Amino acid sequence: MPAKLQEYVTRIEALGKELGLEYYPVDFELVPPSFMMEVAVYGLPVRMPHWSFGVRWIYQMVQHKMGHSRIFEVVFPGNPNRAYLVNNNTLEENCLVTAHVLGHADFSHNNLLFVNSQRQAGYHIVEQAAAHAHRIDEAVEIAGQRRVEAVLDAALALEQHIDTHYPINRPDYPPPKKQVETPPRDEFQSRFGLLPGEADGVRPKPPPVVEQRLPPHPEADLLWFIARYGPALEDWERDIFLAVREESFYFQPVFSCQIMNEGWASYWHARILREADFLPNELYLNAMKTHSDVVRPYGTDKQIVLAINPYHLGFNIWERVVADYGIERARQVMKEEDDFGFIRNYLTAELAQDLDLFVYEAKRDGEVRVTESNLHELHEAILAPKYNFGAPRVLVDDLRADGTLVLRHDYKSDGRGLEPQRAQRVLEYVHKVWRRPVVLYTVDARGEEECLRA
Amino acid sequence: MSLSDTLAGEHGNRWYDLFSRGTRDWLRHNEKVREAVNKALPDLIAHSDVLTRPDNRTVQVPVRFMEHYRFRLLNPQQQKGAGQGKVRPGDVLMRPNQGRGESGSGSGGDEEGGVSFVMEFKVDDILDWLWEELQLPNLKPRDGTQLEIEDYIREGWDKKGARSRLDRRRTIKQAVKRRAVQGESAVPITNDDLRFRQLVKRQQPTTNAVVFFLLDVSSSMDEYCRKLAKTFFFWALQGIRRQFVKVETVFIAHTIEAWEFQEEEFFQVHGEGGTQSSAALQKAIEIAAERYDPSRYNSYLFYASDGDNFMEDRHRARAALEALVPRMNFLGYAEVSGRHHQRLNTEVGVLFRRLQEQGAPCDSYAIASEADIWPAIKAFFTRQAEEVA
Repeated sequence: MPAKLQEYVTRIEALGKELGLEYYPVDFELVPPSFMMEVAVYGLPVRMPHWSFGVRWIYQMVQHKMGHSRIFEVVFPGNPNRAYLVNNNTLEENCLVTAHVLGHADFSHNNLLFVNSQRQAGYHIVEQAAAHAHRIDEAVEIAGQRRVEAVLDAALALEQHIDTHYPINRPDYPPPKKQVETPPRDEFQSRFGLLPGEADGVRPKPPPVVEQRLPPHPEADLLWFIARYGPALEDWERDIFLAVREESFYFQPVFSCQIMNEGWASYWHARILREADFLPNELYLNAMKTHSDVVRPYGTDKQIVLAINPYHLGFNIWERVVADYGIERARQVMKEEDDFGFIRNYLTAELAQDLDLFVYEAKRDGEVRVTESNLHELHEAILAPKYNFGAPRVLVDDLRADGTLVLRHDYKSDGRGLEPQRAQRVLEYVHKVWRRPVVLYTVDARGEEECLRA
Repeated sequence: MSLSDTLAGEHGNRWYDLFSRGTRDWLRHNEKVREAVNKALPDLIAHSDVLTRPDNRTVQVPVRFMEHYRFRLLNPQQQKGAGQGKVRPGDVLMRPNQGRGESGSGSGGDEEGGVSFVMEFKVDDILDWLWEELQLPNLKPRDGTQLEIEDYIREGWDKKGARSRLDRRRTIKQAVKRRAVQGESAVPITNDDLRFRQLVKRQQPTTNAVVFFLLDVSSSMDEYCRKLAKTFFFWALQGIRRQFVKVETVFIAHTIEAWEFQEEEFFQVHGEGGTQSSAALQKAIEIAAERYDPSRYNSYLFYASDGDNFMEDRHRARAALEALVPRMNFLGYAEVSGRHHQRLNTEVGVLFRRLQEQGAPCDSYAIASEADIWPAIKAFFTRQAEEVA
């Protein structure tokens, strides 16, 4: 059987290249389902230890035992890509999954967010994450589990708070500028001063007061700021913050392009299998059954569901884009967009209607009502959980002279305040490594300013 | 593409076969829960929904998953989401309070905070921790009960001995030493390497204890009182077990008659009719005289009752109690009732108070709710230490 699979994999790859897929080589590996489950929980094959992963893992186990979730493959972009197939998939399933993986490999090789992220975070995230895990194990040896765990509590709680607009090896803020000396009067100014009424000459303006404020502008990259400017962090603690940050740089495009990426891979596995005339008919039919399981809506025909399957949505948008604009244009879109542009530009009113998409409003008392809504509202309802890496906007506002870290929640962008109990606990995590007071401004449920301290 | 390369190792273990990171982190989570639970332990285990396992060596405590906190926005008054299906604007998909509104935005964390599971705690661990926390003194055996008995203990090694006493560790050490000297030609293990543990007869001090549990099962003792009595007995017994190598127990239930029971049945017994404490006390005297020589056993007696007793039984009960005193290290009376006002002014309560006034080693505890159990346990062990000191 593996020999058979090996043969198909080779031919599927050849066909993919013929159809225009471009990607770094892919390393396929067959792994047991238990391994897949851990990858799904940790996001990476080897990752730093933390108890919170244990909680997610037990959930996954329970779900799996109840048959609610099944994972066919994972692929980690890089050079080479690392793809893991489950060893108890059928041959049919693994053919489909191979084609699917090639779609992902093509996506991560071309999509600009991925390209940028890989250029920043490197082409070997699997190995890098394993190295982080190893360094953290070493830190445990030296500093003890409790201290390392305290640092990870803080760093992982702030996992999403990075700023990918800056490079991963981001330089410190430029030192505050020296007070600019008033430039000597040039010829024009000397002559201007001679005009009647300008007898006093041009009065030199007082030099502008240069603020020594740190950070010079509100800072969104909390992990970086704490690692670089924490007044009392030890080196290994800064190292852990930066390790978590590096992994977040890797996860960010995966998160931001999920609908596009899964849709693209589904489009390609469907297309490749369709055109793979070397596959026996029966195998093709069985693989197509799996395909329709993967890309169908969460509910069956008549059911109404309050969530949208990203595979289903992405697949249908791509089919439409290819049909309307051709594959060349589709490739262009794939390179340049993320989910925001993809949904806003290519989820048309017509398609939304065909797919029976709707917007609903859930009240606190449990009432859920379908709203009268336009396309724009539908787009934003789909995208809302994806804003800002899925996290509230919390920025570093000030580092006071006494070392107090002042955080400010941008509640105006987010539309409402932070949940105070959770925010308080996060501040406590941060305080343990920052070791000076930590303050956070947000608003309460009535919109009044609220200040939390730890 | 290197499918064949990676398959080459199919028969050997891969690194991920060797351990599960998920399990490791899950266990760490549980450790943290344990630490957190320890802090609230006295409350938790005094509480009724703690189940004691049949073997009585573990208790089960319901706990919640820990949440790793992150910044999260306040729940909005109403939340918009996208769904799929054939609906028209204005359709109501869920009525208010007809189940929790699903947010649809993947906020799975909401549920994570609320899920609970049952965690098992070793009674020994709890006790060690409690003794430290409540700073309870250790029980001391009564003077003169320290008995020397002969016992075999392990001592020393020899080259000959029974196979069952082969000391593998020492044998291998010996073999390693020899082979280091002999070099290449050495055989793995020779008869000369074998080391056996030896046994020697030694005088060993022994400490035995017997605990009598007396329970009033007359109709006035309701389910709630029994539960309190059971919890009190359980922890008192565990505390005593902690101190003595060998602890025997005697369970006596009574109404106007008294019977001895096995532990399993003891708390299930329901009696009818009135109450005569003397019956149970008399039974205890009989059993003690028959089986437990006071010079060989440290004896404890706990009596749980709602305090009611027939008036005409008063003299007999007092006589029985006084007869018990010289046999016992200590007598404890736990008055269980749902009524707070009756603080030990009952028939039986008065009996024990008299006894205490006469200087006998005994004490009384009023237990009206779960919150009273720990103070009672603490009082018992503290008092004990004073008695002996």
